[in-house]
Amino acid sequence: MKKILSSTPLIMLIFSVVVLSAPIWLAPLGANYPDLLQKFAIFGIFAVGYNILFGLTGYLSFGHATFLGIGSYTAVWSFKLLTMNILPAIILAMIVSGVFALVIGFLSLRRSGIYFSILTLAFAQMAYSLAYSVLTPITNGETGLQLTQQDPRYLDAIAGIPVKDGLPSTNLFGTLIKSMDGYFGFYVAAVVLIVAFYISLKIFRSPFGMKLRAIKSNQTRMKYTGFNTRPYLLTAFVISGMYAGLAGGLLASIDPLAGAERMQWTASGEVVLMTILGGVGTLIGPLLGATIIKYFENIFSALNSNELHKIFDFLPEGMENFMVTVVGPFVGEGWHLTLGLVFMIVVIFLPGGIMQGISHLFGFIKRIFGMGDKPAPVDDTVNNDSVSKGGAS
Amino acid sequence: MSTTPNNILEIAGVNKTFGGLHALSDVNLKIEEGETHAIIGPNGAGKSTLLNCCIGRLIPDSGSVTFNGKNMIGMAPHDINHAGMVRIFQTPEIFPDLTLLHNVMIPALAKRDGTFKFNPFKSLASEKAILEEAHATLADFELDKFHDQLAGSISRGDKRRLELAMGIIQHPKLLLLDEPTAGMARHDTNRTIDLLKSERMSHMTKVIIEHDMHVVFSLADRISVLVRGNIITTGTPEEIKNDPKVKEAYLGESEDE
Repeated sequence: MKKILSSTPLIMLIFSVVVLSAPIWLAPLGANYPDLLQKFAIFGIFAVGYNILFGLTGYLSFGHATFLGIGSYTAVWSFKLLTMNILPAIILAMIVSGVFALVIGFLSLRRSGIYFSILTLAFAQMAYSLAYSVLTPITNGETGLQLTQQDPRYLDAIAGIPVKDGLPSTNLFGTLIKSMDGYFGFYVAAVVLIVAFYISLKIFRSPFGMKLRAIKSNQTRMKYTGFNTRPYLLTAFVISGMYAGLAGGLLASIDPLAGAERMQWTASGEVVLMTILGGVGTLIGPLLGATIIKYFENIFSALNSNELHKIFDFLPEGMENFMVTVVGPFVGEGWHLTLGLVFMIVVIFLPGGIMQGISHLFGFIKRIFGMGDKPAPVDDTVNNDSVSKGGAS
Repeated sequence: MSTTPNNILEIAGVNKTFGGLHALSDVNLKIEEGETHAIIGPNGAGKSTLLNCCIGRLIPDSGSVTFNGKNMIGMAPHDINHAGMVRIFQTPEIFPDLTLLHNVMIPALAKRDGTFKFNPFKSLASEKAILEEAHATLADFELDKFHDQLAGSISRGDKRRLELAMGIIQHPKLLLLDEPTAGMARHDTNRTIDLLKSERMSHMTKVIIEHDMHVVFSLADRISVLVRGNIITTGTPEEIKNDPKVKEAYLGESEDE
């Protein structure tokens, strides 16, 4: 039973169904509008990739938004110079961010622990400053990189795509998907997410993934066991950098502009929060974390005092005003307060993130129904990373 | 022992100082292929420092460490492992967050894959030969019943046996054991002695650092005595037992304890 449940094709089937049907089952939560769905998928990719570095090797990078930003800039340049087709833009975004990840990773991985984190943060701040001011010819500084009517778009010109009035929209091979607006954008991102998740699943269950986890567990032992750990770490760093570049490329594909704020340290911190909130080192956790954070961001930041008054309408006048005053700072501009509270609660009570909570819940249900009497035979060929194990970190 | 012994490890003129402390001074030691060689000596004599100089954790100030005809000094720990010298640590160095099965699969993969291999699309479940070997090795060490438990959750004695299994699965040419029974209860110690004498391990060349004379005299073909960074004598257990220098430096005080 367990073997069937943890088989790769079944997991992928369930995952695909859940992701592709998100517009339906997220409707009761009021989260089924395309802008938010796109964010779920794109930041899900970002977090899934980040988890390959942080979750498997334990190396905490504080600069991964750099690669997200590089991916976005690369994609916009691809739209400006080559074609409005998103495929080359996304591929180039991954390649260029991968090259940057190789250089930054090579230098940062000379140290471990907090020193590694500080090095990645330093590189990220440098990249942000460069994008914001020094490299204005490439990044268009404060304004951000945008498309213009005069962009050459050499490949589109060769293909004879007529230049119309107004800005052209991003597309997939022109006719396949004419515009990335709305649900098209979500479904493109969702398909990419499914592929990205599949690759992450394969890595988790490969000897390579097991070795990464062993590095996290005891790096000294790995060295004396005959492994050169640095190339393993660098590979994980580059893979997660390319995931970030992919997410950045998708962001630009849906809304073709790129700004330096995408590379700010708060953006790097956000992906750390997503991963920890969902469950470090679990397959699904980071995706859950990304979804929850983006959902809260949208729902809570949109609330204002008028709407709060409506919510607490059922209370007597005095109580209503009191509640609005108390809750007020936690919504709208101050939604980060809510995020901070949720984050603290999760880290204190569920250090393994939401996935740990879910596995506790399953254990509880099993005990109630008397299913937990004899331990289920564990399939030894499957990693103990999967959904059942909340988080050993 | 053959009549013309083949020295698998030669330590010649090794010096190591930490600040003003001479941890090792002019240490010379030859380990013959196939023997079990014990290094004994009081606390702080430099036994662990000597092992650290062999496996690349420390670089000696002078002298040479030649393993299988190759100079080991300056080589990275992972390359020394692939040369065939494997060390078992005094405090168990295992992977506490992985299952026992994965703990022994990793060294087996190291032996097969070398220092780096990128195979993210290969499934662990398809590594049939490695899995089989891992199970067999765990069974030899009476650990197979725990194979799906996390290594951090088993008893200290089992952890030490696990680390031994992790070393053995690599079929090392030379196994360096740093106090393999320290802190163990008597019956656990005897189990470890039996394992080290078992068919799988008895012909393996071993260097054992040990305080427990019961273990030393049960296992060693030859014994070297290290005192204050000097090897004062090397000989068979009988010779060492009757050596007045050793009695004075080590055995005398050890028996009083």
